[in-house]
Amino acid sequence: MSLSATDLSAIWLTLQLASLTTVLLLLIGTPVAWWLARTRSRMKGLIGAVVALPLVLPPTVIGFYLLVTMGPHGPVGQLTMAMGLGTLPFTFAGLVVGSVIYSLPFVVQPLQNAFEAIGDRPLEVAATLRAGPWDRFFTVALPLARPGFVTASILGFAHTVGEFGVVLMLGGNIPGRTRTVSVQIFDPVEAMEYAEAHWLAGGMLLFSFVVLLALYSSRRMRPGLG
Amino acid sequence: MKPSPSRLLATLGASLLACAAHAAEVQVAVAANFTAPIKEIAAGFEKDSGHKVVAAFGPTGGLYTQVKNGAPFEVFLAADDTTPARLESEGEAVAGSRFTYAIGKLVLWSATAGRVDDKGEVLKRNAFRHLSIGNPKTTPYGLAATQVLDRLGLADAVKPKLVEGTNITQAYQFVASGNAELGFVALSQVYRDGRISGGSAWIVPAGLYEPIRQDAVLLARGKGNPAAVALVEYLKGPKAAAVIKAYGYGL
Amino acid sequence: MPSRDSRPVQSASAAPAGIRARFGVGYPGFALDVDLQLPARGVTALLGHSGSGKTTCLRCIAGLERSAQGRIEVNGELWQDSAAGVFVPTHKRALGYVFQEASLFPHLSVRRNLEYGMRRAGAGRVSLTQAADLLGIGHLLERMPDKLSGGERQRVGVVRALLTSPRLLLMDEPLAALDLRLKQEILPYLERLHDELDIPVIYVSHSPEEVARLADHVVLLDQGTVAAQGPLADTLARLDLPAVFSDDAGAVVESVVAAHDERYHLTRLDFTGGSVLVARRPEPIGHRLRFRVNARDVSLATERLEGSTILNLLPVTVIGVGAADTPAHVLVRVDMQGTPLLARITRRSCEQLGIAAGRPMWAQIKSVALLG
Repeated sequence: MSLSATDLSAIWLTLQLASLTTVLLLLIGTPVAWWLARTRSRMKGLIGAVVALPLVLPPTVIGFYLLVTMGPHGPVGQLTMAMGLGTLPFTFAGLVVGSVIYSLPFVVQPLQNAFEAIGDRPLEVAATLRAGPWDRFFTVALPLARPGFVTASILGFAHTVGEFGVVLMLGGNIPGRTRTVSVQIFDPVEAMEYAEAHWLAGGMLLFSFVVLLALYSSRRMRPGLG
Repeated sequence: MKPSPSRLLATLGASLLACAAHAAEVQVAVAANFTAPIKEIAAGFEKDSGHKVVAAFGPTGGLYTQVKNGAPFEVFLAADDTTPARLESEGEAVAGSRFTYAIGKLVLWSATAGRVDDKGEVLKRNAFRHLSIGNPKTTPYGLAATQVLDRLGLADAVKPKLVEGTNITQAYQFVASGNAELGFVALSQVYRDGRISGGSAWIVPAGLYEPIRQDAVLLARGKGNPAAVALVEYLKGPKAAAVIKAYGYGL
Repeated sequence: MPSRDSRPVQSASAAPAGIRARFGVGYPGFALDVDLQLPARGVTALLGHSGSGKTTCLRCIAGLERSAQGRIEVNGELWQDSAAGVFVPTHKRALGYVFQEASLFPHLSVRRNLEYGMRRAGAGRVSLTQAADLLGIGHLLERMPDKLSGGERQRVGVVRALLTSPRLLLMDEPLAALDLRLKQEILPYLERLHDELDIPVIYVSHSPEEVARLADHVVLLDQGTVAAQGPLADTLARLDLPAVFSDDAGAVVESVVAAHDERYHLTRLDFTGGSVLVARRPEPIGHRLRFRVNARDVSLATERLEGSTILNLLPVTVIGVGAADTPAHVLVRVDMQGTPLLARITRRSCEQLGIAAGRPMWAQIKSVALLG
């Protein structure tokens, strides 16, 4: 086995980051996706575009703006310092925030599609069966959107594991705190020491493949909503 | 006298050749950190020689890969000395054409005025949360920074506070945005018109780290191009040297 | 703006029984403005062509159209009063709603679908198994909805609505999505429901057949307004209905099986003011049967015709003459000593025979459609 202690610590850190990010993304993404799927507000286009921004912006650009906004002179930085939290860059919390923002569209969009696919009818039916708004959401909308949640979780998790532009920019490459697997791979590759990167890179390739395979096979097997 | 077609062609061809000899074009690959100085140097060179400079900028490693894969560069200004040497040994560059066009100077810099004293005592006091450096594995300035810390005997003390930029630009952004109070950056990043342009800085004595040589080399493609040869000579001359120094590089 | 979360309000005054709903709602290209007064019991049919606003009407009563403005009161309970800012949200209205497509929850078994509303509505008068047996779905409880036929699904939808112990049952063309065979399968169940339920039912349909068979009261909707409303027999036999309904014009008659003629294989049905003979029915004597007489199947004669093959000749009195669906025809409303009947005849015959109100005549009924 050619994984060093720093490799292992990077893997462990990456798993923590991706898991926490996915959980937070589901918590934040669900109401956002629900609102986007149901609203008739004119703000829908605007919010939808903001959510989709990370899809088109290069990660280093997002990373740079996050670095500035969360830095001691930025608005978010000022806020976190006023709350006694210090500033977020170079911390695990900072990586989580960056990853949540960067992976947001990968979670919101599948959820939004799933909610839109449900349509009004099942919710109206539930209302005529005495279910209040929250009740309808948890007993009808959530179960019917389950395939969307599976897709969103897998994409959110996998995307967080694979991204490094934001992590490089925000993290400062601190072992055990902000050095994730993709950064750990990036260093030797940049230094043209490919042999060193092979084990991790191969593992990551395998991981990504397995995740995507699971995703696409589950999609194929999913029964249609009747 | 009736102009014959063959004579017309001959005249045309001759004038084209004359033009080419007088105003040739040279394609230069330039390490990103030397972007501003080369523009100024190229302007002077074009005025003096009549040649035209077409420059491409990028990270040294990236430019190296492009040269290896057939990019049409004729002169290469790297951010280190190993890459040009490698190209020469691999036969991609003209043997013996390698020279140091600039020596990078390392500076301990803070965006806040007065934080860094002119002896670098701030490092020993350890009164900061983050010290930004370039990645020592991939950037010469990052490597130099670790050498300084080693020589000062501070390597272990500041290790938990190190944050690494993936390149020297990122290391600079960490400090400029205030997220790291201090950082070892390139003097050229914070130096304009012969002085530190903002914040506070300690120009690290050259004895504390191995010289950061930035070497240039005439690439095999540029061998027969008089403009390429002329540019290399110009880079070694006094006019270029003045610009290079003004940007905070040594010679 | 309606307040978001009103609760049903019991009227302070002596609660008038029945449903009083006066409301309007407008969309681009369509407006609905109705004033309904429906009885507290029995089935009211909302009849109209597609686009007449039947479904929107039902959705407004259910509170599914939040933009509707007006006042809705059901058996003394105030569900909406826009002027007073009262809007009881759908889930707090004690109603059952059967949608056009059964709309079962695909992620729940039949049993869980049925329990969904039952649990939320609290203990009701009917048990799940009783209701399931009433509509013949007792054996389907553990199945998933995608394993049911269209007719089974629709019956589950009806039971699911009933199990919420509604004070009003709304049915939006529950048979429209089904083919004729499945319709025939479900209709008897709905009729049984009609006989056993003691709550008002509003039943949306575009089929006069279905309406004649199930309804007691009818509201005719045309382009978002009420063209006519009232008891079934009276209303369907009116002469002043808009032309869109004249094609379906006809009378509905309540009768009782009076006698069976085994020799000729006939059955006599008695009704107020007369009787008719029809092909032998299986029902026992005393059984109530409804039949519909289409205006096209009735002709009029000035005297009793002997030597006709038509069995059913009845003495009637002309009540009035109105326009029919073509300029060549008129509709004549006649009275069979208390039971109204419509005849569609040519304008020419009408003038040549001098048919006018008060004139005694003979009605010849070519065929009757027995309903159930």
